[in-house]
Amino acid sequence: MVSTLAARHAAEIAGAVPDPELPMLTLADLGVLSEVEQDGAAVTAWLTPTYSGCPAVAEMAADVELRLRAAGFTEVRVRLRLDPPWSTDLITPAGRAKLAAAGIAPPGPSSPGLLQLGRTRLAVDCPQCGSADTEELSRFGSTACKALWRCRACREPFERMKEI
Amino acid sequence: MTTDDHVYLTLAEGDHEAEARWAYGTGFADPLLGVDTTVPPDVDGADLSLYCQLLGDDALILAQRLIEWCTKAPELEEEVALANLGLDLLGQARLLLSRAGQADGTGRTEDDFAYWRAEHEFRNVRLVELDNGDFAFSIARLLLFATARRALYQRLAAASPDPVLAAVAARGVKELAYHQEYAAAWTVRLGDGTAYSAARMQAGLDAVWPLLDELFTAHEAELRLGLDPAELREPVLAELAAVLAEAELTVPTAGPLARIGGKAGREGVHTEALGPLLAELQSVAREHPGATW
Repeated sequence: MVSTLAARHAAEIAGAVPDPELPMLTLADLGVLSEVEQDGAAVTAWLTPTYSGCPAVAEMAADVELRLRAAGFTEVRVRLRLDPPWSTDLITPAGRAKLAAAGIAPPGPSSPGLLQLGRTRLAVDCPQCGSADTEELSRFGSTACKALWRCRACREPFERMKEI
Repeated sequence: MTTDDHVYLTLAEGDHEAEARWAYGTGFADPLLGVDTTVPPDVDGADLSLYCQLLGDDALILAQRLIEWCTKAPELEEEVALANLGLDLLGQARLLLSRAGQADGTGRTEDDFAYWRAEHEFRNVRLVELDNGDFAFSIARLLLFATARRALYQRLAAASPDPVLAAVAARGVKELAYHQEYAAAWTVRLGDGTAYSAARMQAGLDAVWPLLDELFTAHEAELRLGLDPAELREPVLAELAAVLAEAELTVPTAGPLARIGGKAGREGVHTEALGPLLAELQSVAREHPGATW
């Protein structure tokens, strides 16, 4: 996909843009930056939006454009790519490590999402103390992508990124 | 941390080039920005537009109802949950209504559809427009809607005549899985709870059940696109029955709510609940036409 040195440079710049809601992660860590095409001074960056209603998409697009312009690319286009849809499986190992370091439990593998009715329990390790003795407080948290959990061992609440 | 590391600090530094991001209508607000929006040659643009309106209106109106739970839910966690579900549906509505305006060549935007149509131009099923009722009623409605819409999106993701609609559905189906799971979990918790909570949950289900049928009743535009929601009836009823069995609730037996002269929500014939909802939803846009903020 990225063939030239300038294109690689553009991809690095675009990929280094922080996520507005999870600023410890870059768009490359999240797998939101799907492709960068470069032709001379013209660059097109393709972003895969996360949730349908994620309000951060506009911020991401604006930031990618600003940074590429600041790096000297004069003709910058940001485009959205809906297919294939974003999945938490696209988060890189480095991204997962950064999430855990920030106290957010990384997502497990994305599943087909069969109706569980509380019959299966997710095994989630506490990002603070590492204990597996944790429980879900709410499936929905401060942003669309996170759930609220609590560690029974260290008693600390923590957030967990949901598989999608 | 340098200012370069944090998007909000960069903003606070007053980078003038960054001002565009605060303005609506700058292009970044287009939820289909840069997506190939060509309508496939064998698809009728007007039918596709209408179909996107049916689905988009369902999502928009239910999003509005869910968001009305803010400050009124039984617990803070549920308030956050219901608002999150509403946000997902609002995002889906934005994509679907944007697609509707492209598909028929009118260039109408998501805002044109949401704020500038009259009640009889809305195509949502009557299920989503009813007042919230109590928590059990809202959960019962969400269970029916999310189960049916998830099944529909699954089919569209695999076999939509329009690739944009397929992509919207492929993403939406993952979100609807969480919605269905949330509603099912509460249905089981209330149904399999005390006699009082079970009675309230059963009453909620009984009240919404007559509106389920409309989700399986095809609009002519759907049929022309080769899509028939009647095919969803059996699998959706089976999933609902499984949830209700787990919840120790009874599958209601009431028949479908009557249509008016053969028409219902898909044809723009609504209950008295939709008017007040739209009045609130549209008031600011109509008070200040063309305003940006």
